[in-house]
Amino acid sequence: MRSDIVIIGGGPAGLAAAVAAAKYDPSLDIMILERDAELGGILNQCIHNGFGLHTFNEELTGPEYAERFEAQLPDLGIKFMLNTMVLDVASSSVTAVNSDQGLFNIECGAVILCMGCRERPRGALNIPGLRPAGVFTAGTAQRLVNIEGYMPGKEVVILGSGDIGLIMARRMTLEGAKVKAVCELMPYSGGLKRNIVQCLDDFGIPLFLSHTVIDIKGKERVTSVVIAEVDSNSKPIPGTEEEITCDTLLLSCGLIPENELSRAAGIKINPSTNGPVVNESFETSIKGIFACGNVLHVHDLVDYVSEESARAGISAAKYVKSSSFGEDCSVIEIKAGTGVRYTVPSFIRLGEIDDNVTVRFRSGNVYKNSYVDVLFDGEQKYHRRKQIITPGEMEQVILKKEDLEKAAGEITVAITES
Amino acid sequence: MNNSYDIVIIGAGVSGSAIARELSRYDCKVLVIEKDEDVCCGSSKANSGLVHAGYDAKPGTLKAKMNIRGNELMTALASDLDIPFKRIGSLVVCTDESRRSGIDELYERGIANGVHDMQILSASEVKELEPNISDNAVCALYAPTAGIICPFRLNIAMAECACQNGVEFVFNSPVISIDRIDEGFCVKTSAKTYTCSVVVNAAGCHADDIHNMVSSRKLHITPRRGDYLLLDRSCDGFVKHIIFPQPTDLGKGILVTPTVHGNTIIGPTAIDNDSKDEAPATSEGIAKVIEGSSRNVKGLPLKQVITSFSGLRSHEDGGDFIMEEVFDCPGFFDCAGIESPGLTACPAIGEYMAGLVADKLSLRLKSDWNGICHDVVKPFELPPEDREKLIREHPEYGRIICRCETITEGEIIDSIRRPLGAVSLDGVKRRTRAGMGRCQGGFCSPRVMEIISRETGISLDQVTKNGGSSKIVYGRTKDEI
Amino acid sequence: MEIRELTCINCPMGCRITVTMDGSAIISVEGNTCKRGDTYARTEVTAPVRTVTTTIKVTGGVVDRISCKTKEPVPKDKIFEVMAAINKSTSLAPIKTGDVLIEDCAGTKVPVVATKTVDKV
Repeated sequence: MRSDIVIIGGGPAGLAAAVAAAKYDPSLDIMILERDAELGGILNQCIHNGFGLHTFNEELTGPEYAERFEAQLPDLGIKFMLNTMVLDVASSSVTAVNSDQGLFNIECGAVILCMGCRERPRGALNIPGLRPAGVFTAGTAQRLVNIEGYMPGKEVVILGSGDIGLIMARRMTLEGAKVKAVCELMPYSGGLKRNIVQCLDDFGIPLFLSHTVIDIKGKERVTSVVIAEVDSNSKPIPGTEEEITCDTLLLSCGLIPENELSRAAGIKINPSTNGPVVNESFETSIKGIFACGNVLHVHDLVDYVSEESARAGISAAKYVKSSSFGEDCSVIEIKAGTGVRYTVPSFIRLGEIDDNVTVRFRSGNVYKNSYVDVLFDGEQKYHRRKQIITPGEMEQVILKKEDLEKAAGEITVAITES
Repeated sequence: MNNSYDIVIIGAGVSGSAIARELSRYDCKVLVIEKDEDVCCGSSKANSGLVHAGYDAKPGTLKAKMNIRGNELMTALASDLDIPFKRIGSLVVCTDESRRSGIDELYERGIANGVHDMQILSASEVKELEPNISDNAVCALYAPTAGIICPFRLNIAMAECACQNGVEFVFNSPVISIDRIDEGFCVKTSAKTYTCSVVVNAAGCHADDIHNMVSSRKLHITPRRGDYLLLDRSCDGFVKHIIFPQPTDLGKGILVTPTVHGNTIIGPTAIDNDSKDEAPATSEGIAKVIEGSSRNVKGLPLKQVITSFSGLRSHEDGGDFIMEEVFDCPGFFDCAGIESPGLTACPAIGEYMAGLVADKLSLRLKSDWNGICHDVVKPFELPPEDREKLIREHPEYGRIICRCETITEGEIIDSIRRPLGAVSLDGVKRRTRAGMGRCQGGFCSPRVMEIISRETGISLDQVTKNGGSSKIVYGRTKDEI
Repeated sequence: MEIRELTCINCPMGCRITVTMDGSAIISVEGNTCKRGDTYARTEVTAPVRTVTTTIKVTGGVVDRISCKTKEPVPKDKIFEVMAAINKSTSLAPIKTGDVLIEDCAGTKVPVVATKTVDKV
C-alpha cells in the first residue's frame, strides 16, 4: 500500500490536518488511520456545546464539530480506515493492524501524528486506599454515559477541576446523579470560568480548592472517600479530613499526550509537554513526521487544535511536494522564560513562514496584571499587558516575520509581573 | 445429590491450584472451593512475581526445602503450562561496609540449602551488571537461578490444567463450616454443602480460620500487607536482575525488579494489616517503597509509575510453612502460612501435598493425564505467517481492544471461553493483560465490559470488576436510577 | 433591595460581580472590570438561559442513545423540566444531525435537535 500522507488518528487533529492538506493540493493521496470504530475521536463523547466559535463562528457540540470536517472527506478524496491500530511509525512507512488486512505496511511520503492524549489514571496519582469498582477517569465515565448510555454511579465525588471533570459534574447531575463535591489540589481551578459557573454553580455543587482525596473506602464498590485540605506543598493537613459517602469517584487530573509511537520512532520529546519538539511547520525531530493536536501539547480549545493541525497538514503537503522544503533556512530557537512552562513551536525556520507565526504557551502559575514579554536575543521586542494568565488557559503571541528576520538566533517568551 | 468428592481443596490460589493439578494425576474426584469469583484472587494476585533462588530461608525449614524444589521444578512447569518465566538472576546488594559479612552468611546459607552457582561480586562487578545500582554498593550476592514469572498465568494455568484433567471448581463459595461425618467431612459453603474423605486447607490468609474449625491446636495467621509500585514498560531495562537490599530482621526489604512483561516493580513493604481481605495502600506505605528502593538503585524514573497496589501475605506465628495432616483431625491437611517464597514453592507444595493425600487415600495414577496447557493465543508473539493466518481465519485477532498492551478482541474472547474462563474485568486483565498498561483500562474497560456481557450473556450492568457487588455501572441513562 | 453575587464567565479573570436589585429593576452592577461583565450580569440576573445538551433514546438505530441539544438556550430554571421531557421521549432512526426530535420541549417553545447522525439497523 502507498499514500502520500498517512495521518495517525481521526480525531479533531487528524481530520483538520487531512482536510487542509487535501485542499492545499487535491492531487495528494491521503489516508487517515483511526483505531476507533468511527472518526471524530474524543469529540464523539463531548456532547456539550462550546466548540467552533473560532472556526465556524457558531457554537457547536463535539459531534457536530466533528461532522463538519467528516462531511468534507468524500469530496476531497480523503481515505480512512477504522478499527485500525498503528503499531510502528517511520518517516516513510507506517505499520498497522486491523481485522481485514491483518498486519500491513503503508509506504508514504509524510506522516502526521494525531494520536491525541489519555487521562492520568488513579495509579499515576498514587491515591491511597482500596481498589474497588467505581473509580473512573472522567473521560471513561463520559464515554459510558454519553456513548454507551450507562450510568457509572449515583453519588459522585470528583477529584480535579479540569474542564472534563466540570463537564461531567453537570452531565451526571442532569442524568439524575448527586455530585457531592469537586476537589481541586491546586488553589485555583484548571477549568474555564464558564464551566465553573454553568457546571457547578448552576447546580449548587461545591468546589473545594486546595483539597485532595486521601483515602478510598469500599471493598467491592466505592462506599466513601476521605478528602482533606492540602498545604502549599500539596500535603494533606491533619485534622481537615472529611469523609464523604459516595459510590463513585471520578478523576480529572490531567492529560498525557500519547507518544508511545513517537518515542519508539526516536522522535525528540519535550519533557514539559510530553509531546514532540516541533518547528513552525509542526515537523518533529524526524524529517517528514509532523505532529499536531493533543499529541503535541494538551489544548483547551478544539478550535486551536484545528488551526494548528491545518498548518501541520499544509506543511506535510509541502514536504511531500517540494524537495526543497525546510532546506537552507536559518533557524531561530524559542525558549520558555520566566513563568512560561513551554512554547510550541520550539524552533522557527524563517524560510517556512509566511507573514507571521503563532507561538502558543502555558504559564506555570496564575499571574494577575502582568506582561507577556518576548525577547529577541535578550532584547525586549513585545510587551503586552494581560489582566490574567492562568495555567488552565493556553496563551499565544503572534510574531511578525519582519521582526523575526532581525533576530539573530534566540527568542525568549516570558511573563513579568508588574 | 452429586456433592460427594474424595478430596475438597479450599482455596484456588497458587497453593490450592498446584495441589489440584498434582492430584489430577490420580484417579480421584476433586473439588476446589473458592470464596471469590475466580482463581488467583488472594495473595497470589498481588506479589513480586519472583522465583527465589533459595538462600533466604533457614536450612532445614519447609520454606527452604520447598523453595529449592519449587525453583527446580519451575522450568518444566513453565514450559508445560506456557507460563512466561525468565531466570534473570538476583543480586542481594550490600551498601554498608560494616554489613559485608552478612553477604557471606547468606552465601553459606544458600550452600546449605542447596542453591547452585552463587557468586559474591565486587562493587565494580555489580556496577557492570547493573549500571543504575547505588554508588554505595560494596558487594553483592549473585544467584543466577533466581527468576521472574507471571504469577497470574502460573496460578491460572495450574488451575486450567487441573480442570482439563477432571478437577471441578466452584466459585463465590466461602466455607462456613466443616463437620466431621462418618467417612470424612461435610463442608458447608454459603451456597452448597459437600461431603468428602479428605479436606486440604489452602485458604491463604484464612487458613487459620479453616484449620480452627476442626482442630484444638489453633493456628494464628497475621495478614501482612505489601505495598508495590509498578512502572511503565518504557522503563524496561532500568534494572536487568532482581535487586534486593540486604535482608534485616524485618524481612527481605524493598526490591526492584523487571517483570516478565517488561514493567519494573518496586516493593514490598511489610505492614501488619487489620483485614484478611482488604489491603488498602497508604501514603506511608508508598513513601516507604520509594525510600527503600532508592537506597539500592539511583535515578528510578518515578514519574513513570502507572499503578500502586497492595497484597497480603499470610504469616503464621510459627514462621514456617505448615504442610501436614492435622494431628487431631485425620483426613484434614493443612497447607498454611504460605508466605514468601510461596510462589516459588508452589510446584513443590503441590507435589508434596498431593503425595501426602495420595498416600492417605491410596490413590492410583491415571494413564491419561495431560499436564500440558496453552496460554491464550497472542497474535503479536506469533511468527508473521502464523499471525496472518490467525487474523484471516479469526478477524477478532486483528481488532485491538487494549491499546497500551496491544491486546486483541480474540485474546479477550479466548480468556472468557476457555476452561475456568474470566467472568470479571480483573479476570480478563489477569489472563490477557488488557487494562494493565499505562492508561489502566481507561480506554478499554468499556469495551471489555461489552465483550464480557456478550460472551457470558449477562447485561452490561451486571459485569463486575472482581465479582460480588463490584458492579461497574448502575443501569441505563434515561431510566430511573 | 436584593443583592446578587455572580461570577463573570467571559474570561479567566472571573470577576465577582455584585448586582443590587429593587424588584426586577437593576440599581447597580459592581465588581466587573469591563463592559462585557456588565452585560453578562444584567442578563444573568433578569433572564438567565442555558443550552441543554444531553442524550435521547433511539429505537431502530445502530445505537440506542444519541446526543441532542436544545436548539436555542432555554430559561435556566427549566433545565430539569427539559431533561425530564427529553428522558421520556424516544426517537426513531434514521436520524440526521439537526433533525428536530421534540418540537416544543417542556413548554419552552424551543425544539430539541439531534447533534449526531444515526443510521437504521
